[in-house]
Amino acid sequence: MIDDREATDFIEAERYELFVAPGYNFHFDRREFIKTFGVGILFVVPLTRAFSQQQDESGRGGFNSTLPSDIGAWIHIDEKGVVTAFTGKVEFGQNIRTSLTQAVAEELHVPVGSVRVVMGDTELVPFDMGTFGSRTTPTMAPQLRKAAAAAREMLIVMAAEELKLQPGELRIVDAVFVNHDKSKTLTLAEVARGRKLVKVIPENIAVTKAVDWTIAGKSLTKVDAGDFVTGRHRYTSDIKREGMLYGKILRPTTLNATLRSANTKAAETIRGVKVVVDGNFIGVAAPDQQTATRAASLIAVDWQSTAQPSNAELFDLLRKPAPAPERRRGGGEGRGRASGPQGSITDGLAMADKKLAQTYTVEYIAHAPLEPRAAVAEWNGDKLTVWTGTQRPFGVRGELAEAFHISEDKVRVIVVDTGSGYGGKHTGECAVEAARLAHAAGKPVKLVWTREEEFTWAYFRPAGVINIKSGVKSDGTITAWEFHNYNSGSSGIQIKYDIPNHDIRFHQSNSPLRQGSYRGLAATANHFARESHLDELADAVKLDPLEFRLKNIKDERMRDVLQAAAKAFGWGKLKPVNGRGFGLACGFEKGGYIATCAEITIEKVPRDKNKARVRIVRVVEAFECGAVVNPLHLQNQIEGAIVQAVGGALFEAIRFANGKILNARFADYRLPRFSDTPLIEVVLVDRKDLPSAGAGETPIVGLAPAVANAIFNATGIRLRSLPLAPKGISLVSA
Amino acid sequence: MPRVTALNVNGKRKTVDVDAGISLLSVLRDNLDLTGTKYGCGEGRCGACTVLVDGQLTRSCVTPVGRAAGKQITTIEGLAKDGKLHPLQEAFIKADAMQCAFCTSGMIMAASALLSKNARPSRDEIISGMNRNICRCAIYQRIIEAIQIASSGTANRKEVSG
Repeated sequence: MIDDREATDFIEAERYELFVAPGYNFHFDRREFIKTFGVGILFVVPLTRAFSQQQDESGRGGFNSTLPSDIGAWIHIDEKGVVTAFTGKVEFGQNIRTSLTQAVAEELHVPVGSVRVVMGDTELVPFDMGTFGSRTTPTMAPQLRKAAAAAREMLIVMAAEELKLQPGELRIVDAVFVNHDKSKTLTLAEVARGRKLVKVIPENIAVTKAVDWTIAGKSLTKVDAGDFVTGRHRYTSDIKREGMLYGKILRPTTLNATLRSANTKAAETIRGVKVVVDGNFIGVAAPDQQTATRAASLIAVDWQSTAQPSNAELFDLLRKPAPAPERRRGGGEGRGRASGPQGSITDGLAMADKKLAQTYTVEYIAHAPLEPRAAVAEWNGDKLTVWTGTQRPFGVRGELAEAFHISEDKVRVIVVDTGSGYGGKHTGECAVEAARLAHAAGKPVKLVWTREEEFTWAYFRPAGVINIKSGVKSDGTITAWEFHNYNSGSSGIQIKYDIPNHDIRFHQSNSPLRQGSYRGLAATANHFARESHLDELADAVKLDPLEFRLKNIKDERMRDVLQAAAKAFGWGKLKPVNGRGFGLACGFEKGGYIATCAEITIEKVPRDKNKARVRIVRVVEAFECGAVVNPLHLQNQIEGAIVQAVGGALFEAIRFANGKILNARFADYRLPRFSDTPLIEVVLVDRKDLPSAGAGETPIVGLAPAVANAIFNATGIRLRSLPLAPKGISLVSA
Repeated sequence: MPRVTALNVNGKRKTVDVDAGISLLSVLRDNLDLTGTKYGCGEGRCGACTVLVDGQLTRSCVTPVGRAAGKQITTIEGLAKDGKLHPLQEAFIKADAMQCAFCTSGMIMAASALLSKNARPSRDEIISGMNRNICRCAIYQRIIEAIQIASSGTANRKEVSG
C-alpha cells in the first residue's frame, strides 16, 4: 500500500499548515446517544486498531494520536424501520451517498429506499479527516458494511427472542425477518419499536463477498435525484435563516496585500448595515445583497501591495528548491521517493543505446466549482453553527474554533450536499468570514463568494516542472529513469514500468500562488510527463507505443487495462490519415489502473497557415478499480473526468501578474463545454476478486498525455507543456 | 430607480417591492425563495441561472427584474405539473445526467427552451443549443442523452439508444 499512502499523503504543504487537529474527543456516552437519536436501536462501531490504520492510510500519518479513540461509525434504526447511517464523508457529486446507501442496504438486507445517509454534520456524525484521496469507497464503505452486517446479525437475535425462535431459524429479506416456511415474520420496524438501545458491534464480522452482491455491484441512479431535477435540494447558498443578513467582503487590490486604512463612515450610515474591520479583514453585513454591495462600494480602503511574480517567471521560480523552513513539518521531504532510488542511473545510461533528457511543465489551473464557496453562520450565545460546502467539515470546525478562540465543542459545521469541489474546498475561509460578520451583527449571515472571488481567493492546482532523464536499448528495454518533479507533487509519481535503475523524486518549491489539492493531485502532471516521455522513447527506438509499453510492464492489472483500451479503440488497426492522430497513455494511482486512447484532428486555422486547432474527437478509456460498486456511477465519473481533463490538457491556465489573477471570470477562463465533448467509450474491468478502490480521481490522469501523443502522431510536433493548445498549436516547428 | 411590485412566476402572481434594476436571479432567490435557480458566475456565461421569460431562454443573473415584469417567468420549480415530473426531469434522472447537480436546473431550463423551438434536435443541434451552459463535472454526454430521451418521448422506456 506504499503507493497509496504516498498518493494521498501529499496534499501539499499549505493544507498541512491549515490543518487543525481536533481538540475535542467525542466520548462515547450511551445517554447522549439516546438523547440525540431518540427511540430505536443504535449500532456503534468501535474504532478499532484496524480502522485506525485505515485512517492512517487515508493520509494523515502524524495525527493518528489525536483521533477520537472511541467510535468509527454508527447506524440507527428507528421505529418506522428507517435505517440511518452516519458518516463524516460529504457528497460533492461523487455520488457516494448512493454507493454508501447500496453498501448498507446490501448488508442489512433492506430495500435501498429505507436507508438514509447523514453526512458531514459534525454534531451528528463520527469524526472524519475529510473527503479526499478517493478514500470513501476503500475505507468508509467497508466500515459501514461491517456495521450493517453486524447490526443484521444482532437484529436477528433480537427478532428471534420476540418470535421465540432460535436465531438460526430466521433470516432477513427486504427488511422483514422470516423463518424458513414464512409462518413467522417480524418487520424491522417492529423490532425497533419502543426500544432505546445502544449496541456496540463486534470487530470481527464478515461482510458479503463482491461475487454475492445483489444491491451493490448494480447500477443505481442518484438516490435523491428527484430533489435535484426539481430544484428542491438546498445547497449552502440556498439556505435561509430567520433574520439573516447578507455579507460582502472587501478584497484587497492584490494578493498578499495588507490593510493600511479604511474609511467606513459613509457605509455605516446606511440603515441596517454592520461594518467589520479586524486586522486584514474588512466586510459588511446588510439586510439584502444589494445593500451589502452598495455599502461595500462606499468604503474607501488603502491597501499596501508588494511586488509579486508573474507567469513569465513561474517555471524558473519553481525550479528553485524551497528553503528548509518552508518544508512540511512532520512528514518529510522524502515522501516523494518512498521506494528510494534503485540501481544506478549512471550504469543505466551507460548500457542504453539511446538517451533522452526532457522537461515538461504544467500551469496552475482552477477548480472552478460551479457553486462558489458559500457559508451561513449563526451564533447562539457562544455556540456557533455554520453551514458550508467543505470537503473537511471537522477541519473547518477546527479553523472556526481557532479563529474565534472557542473550543471545538462550541462549533457545529453542517455540510449539505455541495455543488462540487474537485479538491478545491478543503478550507474554511468563507465559513470564518461569515462567522466573523455574524458575530459582529448579532444575526445569522450568509456569504456567497462571487465567481471572481472564487477564482482569486481560493487556491489552485499546483503548477510544476518535471525533468526526466532516461535511457533505452535498441530492443526497447528501458534501462534508466531519473524523474524530478518540482512543486506539483508526488501523486502518481511511481512507475509500473520495470526499470532496473530509477530515481524518482519530488521537490517542494515556494509557490508564488496559493495552491492545494485538486482531483488526482499531481498525478495528472506526473502521468503527462511520464507517458509523453515513454512515447518519445518508443519513437527513439522506432517501436509502436503500445508494444513498447507492454515490453516494459509485467504488472498484469496494468497490462489488462492497456490491452482492453487498445482493443476497444482499434489501436494498430487505424490507418493514419492527414490531420488525424492517435495516442495512448496508461497509469496507476489510488488503487485504480487506467489506460486512455485518444483520437484527435488537426484543423488549419483560416487566414493563418502556421496555426492549427486541435479537436479531441474520440476517447476510449479502460479502468479497473477492483470490484465495481455501481457501474452506472463509475462510468459517469469516468466520462466526467475525461471531459474535465480536456480543459487542463488543451486550454485551462491561470494567468497572473504582480499579485493579480488576470483571468478570474468565465469570459476569460475557458472551461470544457458541450462542444469540447468527444465521443467516449468506457471499458470497465470489474475485478470482483479485489477490494473496491475509489474512482473519483484517477480517471482524469490519462487524457492529457494521450492527447499530447496523438498530436505528435498527427503532426510530428512534441508538446511538453500543459495546456497543450490554449490558442491552437503552432505548426512552424514541424 | 423605478420599482417592480409584482411578478408572474410559474403561473402565480407574486408581490414584491424591489428596484427594477436588480437582477431577476436575486429577486427569485432572495425575495421569493425560489432557490432552484442558481448563481454560478454573474456574467451570463455558465447558464446555472437559466429561466424562461415568456418562453424565451433568459440568463436571470444579467437580466434586470424590470425587464421580466409583466411577463410569464418559468423557473425549475414550475416545470413539474400536478406532482408529475416534466419529461426532461424524468430524462435527466434516467440518463443519470448529474453529479453535483448544481448546473441541473439551468440545464433543464435551457433544454426546455431548446425543445420548444426544435422538438427533435440532432446531437449537433443539442451541442450548439446548449453550449452556453457549463457542467463543471463535465458529463455533457449524459446531458445530451437526457435531452435525446426527452425529445423522443422515451423517458419511460427501459432501454435507451445513444
